[in-house]
This record gives sequence, C-alpha cells and structure tokens, in this order.
Amino acid sequence: MKIGSPREVFPGEARVAMTPDSARALQKLGYACAIESGAGKAAGFSDAAYADAGVEVLGSAEELFAASDIIAKVRPPTDTEVGLLSDDKTLISFFYPASNEALMEAAKEKGASVIAMDMVPRISRAQKMDALSSMANIAGYRAVIEAGNNFGRFFTGQVTAAGKVPPAKVLIVGAGVAGLAAIGTSTSLGAITYAFDVRPEVAEQIESMGAEFVYLDFEEEQTDGAATGGYAAPSSPEFRLKQLEKFRELAPEMDIVITTALIPNRDAPVLWTKDMVEMMKPGSVIVDLAAERGGNCELTVKDEKIVTDNGVTIVGYTDFPSRMAAQSSTLYATNIRHMMTDLTPEKDGQVNHNMEDDVIRGATITHEGAITFPPPPPKIQAIAAQKKKEPAKELTREEKLELEKQAFKAQTRQQVTLLVIGAALILGVGLVAPASFMQHFIVFVLAIFVGFQVIWNVSHALHTPLMAVTNAISSIIILGALMQIGSGSFLVILLAALSVFMAGINIFGGFLVTRRMLAMFQKS
Amino acid sequence: MEYGFTTAAYVVAAVLFILSLGGLSGQESAKRAVWYGIAGMALAVFATLIGPGSGLWLLSLLLIAGGGAIGVVVAKRVQMTEMPQLVAAMHSLVGLAAVFVGFNAHFELGRVLAMDETAREALEGFAAVLAHKDGVEQSILRVELFLGIFIGAVTFTGSVVAFGKLAGKVTSAATKLPGGHLLNAGAAVLSLLCLIWYFNTGGFFPLFVMTLAGLFIGYHLIMGIGGADMPVVVSMLNSYSGWAAAAIGFSLGNDLLIVVGALVGSSGAILSYIMCKAMNRSFISVILGGFGGPAGEQMAVEGEQVAIDADGVAATLEDADSVIIVPGYGMAVAQAQQNVAELTRRLRAKGKEVRFGIHPVAGRLPGHMNVLLAEAKVPYDIVLEMDEINDDFPETDVVIVIGSNDIVNPAAQEDPNSPIAGMPVLEVWKAKTVFVSKRGQGTGYSGIENPLFYKENTRMFFGDAKKSLDDLLTRIS
Repeated sequence: MKIGSPREVFPGEARVAMTPDSARALQKLGYACAIESGAGKAAGFSDAAYADAGVEVLGSAEELFAASDIIAKVRPPTDTEVGLLSDDKTLISFFYPASNEALMEAAKEKGASVIAMDMVPRISRAQKMDALSSMANIAGYRAVIEAGNNFGRFFTGQVTAAGKVPPAKVLIVGAGVAGLAAIGTSTSLGAITYAFDVRPEVAEQIESMGAEFVYLDFEEEQTDGAATGGYAAPSSPEFRLKQLEKFRELAPEMDIVITTALIPNRDAPVLWTKDMVEMMKPGSVIVDLAAERGGNCELTVKDEKIVTDNGVTIVGYTDFPSRMAAQSSTLYATNIRHMMTDLTPEKDGQVNHNMEDDVIRGATITHEGAITFPPPPPKIQAIAAQKKKEPAKELTREEKLELEKQAFKAQTRQQVTLLVIGAALILGVGLVAPASFMQHFIVFVLAIFVGFQVIWNVSHALHTPLMAVTNAISSIIILGALMQIGSGSFLVILLAALSVFMAGINIFGGFLVTRRMLAMFQKS
Repeated sequence: MEYGFTTAAYVVAAVLFILSLGGLSGQESAKRAVWYGIAGMALAVFATLIGPGSGLWLLSLLLIAGGGAIGVVVAKRVQMTEMPQLVAAMHSLVGLAAVFVGFNAHFELGRVLAMDETAREALEGFAAVLAHKDGVEQSILRVELFLGIFIGAVTFTGSVVAFGKLAGKVTSAATKLPGGHLLNAGAAVLSLLCLIWYFNTGGFFPLFVMTLAGLFIGYHLIMGIGGADMPVVVSMLNSYSGWAAAAIGFSLGNDLLIVVGALVGSSGAILSYIMCKAMNRSFISVILGGFGGPAGEQMAVEGEQVAIDADGVAATLEDADSVIIVPGYGMAVAQAQQNVAELTRRLRAKGKEVRFGIHPVAGRLPGHMNVLLAEAKVPYDIVLEMDEINDDFPETDVVIVIGSNDIVNPAAQEDPNSPIAGMPVLEVWKAKTVFVSKRGQGTGYSGIENPLFYKENTRMFFGDAKKSLDDLLTRIS
C-alpha cells in the first residue's frame, strides 16, 4: 500500500507529515511513500531529499490523493481534501472531531477511515504516537523563546563590570506538557521560574524541572488529574477566585507570564485578567498558548502580537509548532510512523485496522461508513489514581495534655512503687545486718543505680565494645587475688596467683580489643 | 602505705570506670572512654599493690605481665567475626578467678579462726580484716563468698559452653540431658541446701559440693540454649561475671570490687533486657531455651521463590537510587563484610544512597554487625538502627538482605499465630525490590517459613554470601 502526504494548504502552516527519515522507516514496514511536490519546502526538506529517500514526488494534491491508500496530514482536511477521499482510503491527521462534526460527517459519507492524531488515548503504550504532547512540547519551548524575543532583558541574572542585571521572573500557568517544556526552557535560560497548576499532583513534576510550585492555600477536594486522563478539569468558582487572588499578588513581580491552561473541549479559562495586565511592569511579556481557544489572558488577540497601553506585550500566536517546522515535522512524522507501526503488526505493508486495540480504536473517528466517535473509555486507566492520604487523627491540645498527664501519672506511680519496694527491702536488710555490711551495701546499691543510668545511654552500635570493656573491667577481681596473694598458705598463694594470671589476660585482652574495635568506627 | 590512700585511689578509679562506660554513648567519645578505663584499672592495681595485705610484688607483677602478654597476642590476632567467642572466653576467666578468690577467702577465714588472740593481733592485710569480724559478720561473710563462688562457677562453665557453641566446637542446637530443666532445678536446690549446711558448719565440703552443682548448672543451662539466642546468653554471662565480682567484693570488704561488679552486672542485665525486647521474648523463655510451638494454625505461605542471578541484581542496582542493606549472622559466617563494604563504596561512588539497617539481635553478640561493618570501613553514620530506618523502607528502591532471616520475617506482623508474632522486624518487604542472599531454601533459626521469600517483589539470590557478592562486584564497576 502507499502512504502519501500532501502539501498543507492552511495559510502559514509550515509543517509536513512525512520527512525523508520517516519515509525510510515506513518503507521498512513494507509501504511505498509519496509526497506532493514542495510539501516539505517550508520545513526545510527539498523534493530532492525525498526522492533520495525513495519517495515518489507527485505534482498535485489530486494526483497524490488518487495514488495513495493512506493519506497522512498535519492539519484537519479542508472540504476539498475530504472530497478527494473514497471508501478504500485512510486519512491520518489532526481532526478535533468534537468541534468539526460537519467535516466528520462528510468523511463518513465518503466511507473513508479517519484516524485523528489528537484522539490518541493518553496511556503509556501510546505515548510514542501522542502528537498532541510532541507538539505541546515544541509550543512550550517556543513560547519561552518567543517571550525572550519580545523581552528587553536577560533571563539570567548577571553581575558585570557594566552593572548588575537581575534575573527575569517567569510565571508559567498550567503544567501540562507545554507548561513543563516551558519550565525546562525557562530555568535552563537562567530565569527564576514559578509555575502553577490546579492539579496538586504535578507539584513534584514542577519542582523536578527546577521551578517553584505556586502553592494555593485552599481547603477543597482538589481534582486529581487521574480521573480525566491526565488533563485538568474545570475548577469551582471559589477555587477560581482564590487562584485569581494569588495571580493578582504575583502580577506586579513577574516579567514574563506564559499561560498554557486548557480544559479539553472547552473554551480556555480566563486566568489573567485585564487588571493583572495593567499591574505588570512595562516591557513585560505575556505569551498565551491557549489563544486558539480564546486565550487565558483577557486581552489576547488570536494570531497577533499586541502591545498594551502600559507597555506589556501579549503574544497570541497559535502556530508555535509551525514556527519550528523542521523540529515539529520530524516529531510529527515520527508519531505518524509509530501509528503506522501499530497499524501494520505484520510489517507487510498492509493496514490491519484492529478495532479491538485500545489505541487504534480510540483514535479512529470514522470507519467503514460509520462514525465511531466518541470512543468507549480505554480498558487501561491512564494514570493510577493517587491514593488519598489518610491524615493522622489530630489530637486536640486538651487531649494531648490529658494523655501526657496520664503517662506522667503512670510513670510516677511506677517509680514510687519501685522506690517504696526498694527502700523497704534495704530497710529490711538494715534491720538484721551489722553496720559494716550496710556500708558496703549502700555502695553496692548506688553503683547499680549509677550503672543503670549510664548504660541506657550507650548507643546500640557500641554494644560489642561495651561488652569487651565491661569484660576488661570485671577483671577488677584481680584486686581480691592481689590482696590474698601475700598472706596465708601455699594453696591460697597458688589459687591467688592463678587468678592474678587470668585476670591479667583479661585486662590487657579486653582493653586492647575494645580499642581495636573503636578505632574501626569511622565517619564517612 | 596508709589504708586511706588506697581508698582514695579506689574512689578515683571508680569514677574513671563510670566515665569509661558513660563515654560509650558516642563513637568519638568512646575512643577517649577506653583510656579512662585503662587508667582506672592501672590506678586500682597500683593502689592495691602498695596497699595493705598484698605481698609477693614481684610474683604479682610477673603474673600480670605474663597474662597481659597472652591477652595482647589474643587481642591482636582475633578476627572481628570471632568477637563473640572471645568475649565468652574472657567471661569464663573472670568466673574462674571469682571461684578461686572465693575459695581463698574461705581458707583464710578458717586459718584466722584457728588462731588465738595474740596471733590475730599480729595479722595484717586481709587476714587482719577477717580477724576483726564478729560472729554475725562472719556468717554474712560466708553467705557472700558462697554466692560469689556459686555465680563464678555458673559463669565459668556457662561461658566455656557458650564459647564452644559460638566457635562451632559444640553443636549450636539446644540440647538437654534427659530430665531437662528438672536437673537444673535439682542442682539449684542442692546448692541451697549446701548454703544452709555451710552456714552452720563452715566446712569445706558443702562449699565444694555447691561448686560442682554450680559448674553443672552453668554447663547444662547454656547447652539448652540455641545459637541464635547467644546475644542474650553472652550479655547474661557478662552480667553474672559482674555480680560474682560484686559478691567477692562484699566478702573481701573491698568497695571498688563492689562498685565495678555492680556496674558490670547492671550493664549486662540491661543488654540482656534490650536483646529480649528485640526478640519479643521474655528473659525466662530465652533461658529455658528453644522456641515454643505455634499458638495455632499458621498462615499458609503462598507463591513461589523466584531466583535471580548476579546480572539481574547488578542491573536493578544500576537503576536504583536508594539501597538499604540488611546484614545478619550469615554475613558473619561467610566473612562477607569486606565485599559488602566494597559494594557499598561502589554504589556510593555512583551517587546512590546506601544505608544499613541493623536489627538489635542480628548476629551473635549485641552490636555484632556494627563491629563487622566498622572493620570493613563502612562509615558508621550510614549504619542505622531498626527504629531509625523502618519508616524509610517504602521509599527505598532496593533492599539487599544478606544472611538474615527471622529479623526480616513479615509473619511477625501478619500472622498472629506465628511463633515470632509481635517480634519487631525490619519491614524490608515494603521496598520496591528485595534481594535475599541466602545459601539455600532452608528456614531460619526459629525453623519457621519466611513469607518474605515468596513475596512478589522478592528475588532470591542463592549461594554463599561471599561468592555471590564477588560475582556481583565483577558486574558493578
């Protein structure tokens, strides 16, 4: 079968759905490739380059549509292009079926299969063909570059001989793929970057990219992206108010604001109001990546760059990927190639349109003369739902105090009991024993007491040295033997001598081995 | 020399000993603390030599030097893995010395009592102390030296058996003579009878019979305790050697002996308590030996053990950011601590966080693992206690269990009928991956199955710990 890519007819569109590289890979899958003459020119791929890669270069769109079984495009087809389809053809392109119903109807009438690249479900397996993400990545990068282009200062702070330059402060609203790409670009240029998102679970991603998460102190069940396939859901009015309040607080400080907040199939939420723009310093730049859907900034004009009365530049371009056509064509063509790989499991150049496959089913909007949009939910959950952490039950101050009091009482009771028993025992001994014994006995009891107090503080790791050292000092028994060795019979001297000898082994051995062990303990 | 000077020196020595024990609260202060202990001992010996009662200086010094030479050689030669044996052997010496000194006290008492008044007045030193005791004091003296000899005898044979078990010269399984603990009880009753007998007659024979009974109790009691309970046994014997010294101190009227004996005795008692707590067993049940039967139907272990080779372990370690190593007695047996340390160094050089989790009863001696790791130059600040590290397992990528079993057994928490139910364990199974380096599929000391080995995130890395790690090290640069 043959895959063909026409020249994009949308005004200003520079991308192309097939590159010489992707064509080579498609040929390995068993397909023949065709391209309309001049299709890659705006993205920097000449007809000759395609011809070198073994792609057939055809003169017109009509010729291409007629010759190809599969048509890969970037933008949704025009009415003319839909007219060129037939029931044996498959179209792969962005389609936005939810807002292009008439077009979808027309494609169905023609009987063609249409795979919408914007409908690829967001599951791990399909990431390689997720063209929305790859385009958003480029848009995020380009948004920062575009902002820099219109911003009169450095991003990074510098101290130069000619004076000190403060770093630029960048706020990125919405940390989807585009937002994260913008964060990465902005931080690597050296700006101080802040980022905001309504989904609390992305805070970690934001911080991992080097930006600071703008924390919103809000006591509400915040929506978790997992329920909506990784996209943000509309937020409650209260939340919105709180959010705008935070933005108002940030607005005077920010040099560059990049808004990327989009909710699937809805107009973009207005997050950056007129008064915030007015609060910003002259020379500041706002790049509104949501301009296509009305814009996050109230003053955004779609497809245009305007400068407000107070000198704030607002960029409302919608063609950021197209402005980097070489890069975006490469990525998009690769997404298309991956889609073809999934459609051609046998690598035999024949499309196997498997409607059981979650990814293919999800992306297909018309098939065999029927509309198959919207698709059923995918069998696999896109993102594991975050488990709600059960917060430990907070004890009130009174309860805590009460608990402490009880513990204190119990401890006191225990200690007093022990003391009473101990004292009674000692008194009992004192009643019968003579004074000379009691003197030693007091020493004994006090020594035990000191021992208990001291030993509890010995660290766990040093228990072996403790044993070795107590071993060494327990050979204090040598004193007894030394006292006896001088007096008495031969037997006494012999036994005492033996004791001295053994204790000698113990003293030296014990202390030395302890020293050896302790010397080994080293800090890293 | 004046008696007052000796007492003063004893006070200083006692303070030095207390400081020496107190200094063990931290690794750095411990290095200073040993010197306090040495100084205290030197001062005590010196003061006693010049004090009342001692004679034969030359002989004493020669004997100390001779014993010291042996001690130095042993201390220099001993392997760190043999530390438990060494400690046990040294306890036995203290025990035996206590028995001898006790006997001497008995002989001296007999000799002094046989003298007439004038001869008594001429006595000096220890004999003079004895000579001035009245009737009640003599009776108390008898009880004291009796106790000293008894505890010393138990310590002596107990330590010898513990040494044999730890050195592998005696089977480490719990073995008892027919009659079991009744024999011990019988011997203890016999000793008590001997005490009454001795108290009344003051003859040597009851003392001798009691010594034999004490020796038997020491032998039989420790034979009945299995290898893994040795941390408790060794610290218990440590405690006994202290009490023996204290009892002898009483009979000799020497306060320094009493103080040091009490310090050592309480130290050993606390260590035993800590060890028992770590095994969630009562002291009595450890002493009576062996594990009790299961309290009911144990949970069946489901799943199977999945083996892995060195390549797999290396690849996983390559990807991991945080690693916790849990060593056990198996590491000591295989002498694998150097390899473990080398692995740690290499992983740390790659910027991975490597830490150690030490269970209080890992090994055969309290703190055994710490000493082995320190020997292999693992920095002590990455070696953590169970309580410090247990909360970190869920955030850990890889746990490597080397030669430990019961201390990482999830049954202690999950199965209320398990014999080790309620014992605090290292919760290694909460980590993402657990590698278990183990010789074979056998069970641990307690003889119970370890469900950890059957968990989904556990991989068994079979083989001798040292060989396995050697293998692994060739794959990690």
